[in-house]
Amino acid sequence: MDILVQQVLNGLVLGSVYALVALGYTMVYGILQLINFAHGEVLMMGAMVSLSVISTLQFLFPGCPGPLLLIAALVVSIPSCMAIAALMERLAYRPLRSAPRLAPLITAIGLSIILQTLAMIIWSPNPRVFPDLLPTAPVMVGGAFLAPKQLLILVSAAVLMALLMLLVNRTALGRAMRAVSESPRMAILMGIDPNRVVALAFMLGAALAAVAGLLVGMNYNIAHFTMGFLLGLKAFTAAVLGGIGNLPGAVLGGLMLGVIESLGAGYIGDLTGGFLGSHYQDIFSFVVLIGVLILKPSGLLGERVADRA
Amino acid sequence: MTRPLLEVSDVSKRFGGVAALSGVSLQIPRGEIVGLIGPNGAGKTTLFNVITGLYPPDSGNFSLDGRRYDPESIHRVVEAGIARTFQNIRLFAQMTALQNVMVGRHIRSSGPHSGPLGAIFRTPTFRRNERAIAEAAQSLLHYVGIGALSQSLASTLSYGDQRRLEIARALATDPLLLALDEPAAGMNPTEKNTLEQLLRRIQADGRTILLIEHDVRMVMGLCSDVTVLDAGRVISRGAPRFVREDPAVIEAYLGRGHRHG
Amino acid sequence: MKRNAQLGLLLTGLALFLLPFAAGLLGDAWIRILAFSLLYMMLALGLNIVVGYAGLLDMGYVAFYAVGAYSYALLASPHLTDHFPVLAQAFPAGLHLSAWIAIPLAAGLAALFGVLLGFPVLRLRGDYLAIVTLGFGEIIRIFLNNLNAPLNITNGPQGLARIDPVRLGPISFAEPLSVLGVVIPSAQLYYTLFLLLTLLVMLISIRLEHSRIGRAWMAIREDEIAAKAMGINTRNMKLLAFALGASFGGVSGAMFAAFQGFVSPESFVLSESVVIVAMVVLGGMGHVQGVALGALLLYAIPEGLRYVARPLQLELFGAEWIAPEALRMLLFGLSLVLIMLLRPRGLWAPTRGGSA
Repeated sequence: MDILVQQVLNGLVLGSVYALVALGYTMVYGILQLINFAHGEVLMMGAMVSLSVISTLQFLFPGCPGPLLLIAALVVSIPSCMAIAALMERLAYRPLRSAPRLAPLITAIGLSIILQTLAMIIWSPNPRVFPDLLPTAPVMVGGAFLAPKQLLILVSAAVLMALLMLLVNRTALGRAMRAVSESPRMAILMGIDPNRVVALAFMLGAALAAVAGLLVGMNYNIAHFTMGFLLGLKAFTAAVLGGIGNLPGAVLGGLMLGVIESLGAGYIGDLTGGFLGSHYQDIFSFVVLIGVLILKPSGLLGERVADRA
Repeated sequence: MTRPLLEVSDVSKRFGGVAALSGVSLQIPRGEIVGLIGPNGAGKTTLFNVITGLYPPDSGNFSLDGRRYDPESIHRVVEAGIARTFQNIRLFAQMTALQNVMVGRHIRSSGPHSGPLGAIFRTPTFRRNERAIAEAAQSLLHYVGIGALSQSLASTLSYGDQRRLEIARALATDPLLLALDEPAAGMNPTEKNTLEQLLRRIQADGRTILLIEHDVRMVMGLCSDVTVLDAGRVISRGAPRFVREDPAVIEAYLGRGHRHG
Repeated sequence: MKRNAQLGLLLTGLALFLLPFAAGLLGDAWIRILAFSLLYMMLALGLNIVVGYAGLLDMGYVAFYAVGAYSYALLASPHLTDHFPVLAQAFPAGLHLSAWIAIPLAAGLAALFGVLLGFPVLRLRGDYLAIVTLGFGEIIRIFLNNLNAPLNITNGPQGLARIDPVRLGPISFAEPLSVLGVVIPSAQLYYTLFLLLTLLVMLISIRLEHSRIGRAWMAIREDEIAAKAMGINTRNMKLLAFALGASFGGVSGAMFAAFQGFVSPESFVLSESVVIVAMVVLGGMGHVQGVALGALLLYAIPEGLRYVARPLQLELFGAEWIAPEALRMLLFGLSLVLIMLLRPRGLWAPTRGGSA
């Protein structure tokens, strides 16, 4: 029983990260009906930039406390990621607003490749070690153990998601986003500039991805230029699972996917009589994705996507 | 009394909580031009879409030429003999006018050697088939009046020509019933006249036409029979003169402040 | 097919046939590059049917390449007889499937997979289709990588080696051939075979394009609902596109296995699918000659860069700043983005209606 609780908790930790990234996908898709393929790469950039900041500061100030390093990393990585996202939107996606749907999709793939390759060039093709910045002694939580960094992931993800909900539901900006999501034409008539809203949606998503990148790096103690791809794909799966365009759906989808993966990896050996081992773990998200898209494409909480005439 | 070409009864369709169609019945006599009118949102295009297989109905009986048909899949409906055009013109933009109409010949040219093997080996039968398709398409372009534009990309045609192309394409499927969704929308009076002449010609050549139109003058002039929908129900039906005077129809159009003309 | 196009094709074919003699002067490596370019051309032409004609963005096309490669590898190498005594008994001389049977077999198997993978995605719209097919491609790769226990079918990450070369009677393509005093290197023998196959694939593509089937595909690409309204059975047409497109990939895969003598899951990663998509996009979706050119450019240039980039960078910057692999990927990413922004119809714009 304890093992189950442990795996569920691990799944929730993983799922929180998926949720953070899924929110970025869902915000953009809700407004533009575009899968921002390059979103996972933004997360990767966040992780890399954070790592560079941390390494540099550790070099310059050897005794610097962990939490301070984390904050410093975020101070640099969040604006960087937001800038990257804004640039992508402005240069690559905006000109293709009225192009047939394949065009922005192909562009997104191209951007994803460019970002990965740039990261490979700047930070080397080898995986880089992410140092432990928090005490490593596990903490007991309801019958299972969580490392402090995992706790940090859970807490910070929860806080960020709550803040985002607040922003979307209680502020003028959030209203503008929802308006553009429902009907861009009506939004224009009401004085909202959809271009600004779109850019903001990209940047918000990027900010969340930057944090997620740092958290992922911390969790696995590794940062690599390919880390964004698979994670991005899984986060996208989570967004679809919850209902693309639907913010609470992204959170729900993320958490669920994390738990499914965690439990699946743990039990797949038993389930398939030893035929499939845990290296098939990555297939879970693909299977979930394919299953959802084929069986219930609107997801658990339903799609909220504007009608394109 | 001859059997109607198209007979649908008791058609219902809900979208979420909204009843787009409730117990709608429609009969289309053979060889006639029949009009379907009603205020905006009455359900005309929905009925169209149900009849032609685009939306599955919640209930309804459908028969064409005396045979029951199941509007569950669009391409079977077309095979059975109903062809349609779209309110928003859905041409194949990057294909030429000729190619557009040739696509319309697809289902009527499915003989031997019309599949991939025939294409790959270019058998004489295949080539004959292709020639026949091209010739039929070209003559249809002439028929609707745009024969000279066969090599033009559909996206480069004028609005009026695009509408005519869509009709040619629909005719290419050799339908028993030609269903036109607002073919005159956005046309100036001259273009509307030309369209009317074309529709009369199509009728004279033995086809039956179902027409959704907002131009009441045009409907009254062309149609021998008009069905009026409002809020998903049939509120009137009959000869244009009768329908125009029907109080129920007048109320539906004017009583709620809707304008027509 | 028009007279001019036929003549143009013939002349181009002749030039291509003579090309390796010229390339051979620079070294055998260049002949290999040409041979691989042809394999990629076949892949791009196959994907062209799915993406270019039918408008289905398949991001997992490499799966069919893998199916072709592994089916040939399994039927023409010692692996199965080494690991399964039952088979060793049934085939005491080993499994040595002739390439001439293997090619149609690979095409057929790949076509089957095309239908299998196409079936679930029939009703998906553009972007979802892309992601799901991407997922399929990855699933196949993961299976290839892990089907080595409990039964060792694919030999996992180590791959399959000692694959038979193509044999034409007594002539083995793995050995240089002496003809009238001229020595033709092994790579050139393969090149010639690949050239014939590629020309065949191009011919088939063009013939399909100018046919009832091709028009139906393009109708689906332009507007699926309108296509249905014309009576086209879009489900069958899409499956046909997947099957035919996949078959080209299968043939290319089988030839790859024979040429290289070795296959492993590493050759069938996602970035390969992306590269093939880039080739089709660059060349102009739906435009056969353009796609072939796109494949040549996107394969040959990065490969050529491999030899040129390092010395060039050392000259200019004193150090190698960007590794050839990185340059290659950068080139792909940039070409995808720039083409979409500047020349969405591809580098080589088509003459008339029919292409995307």
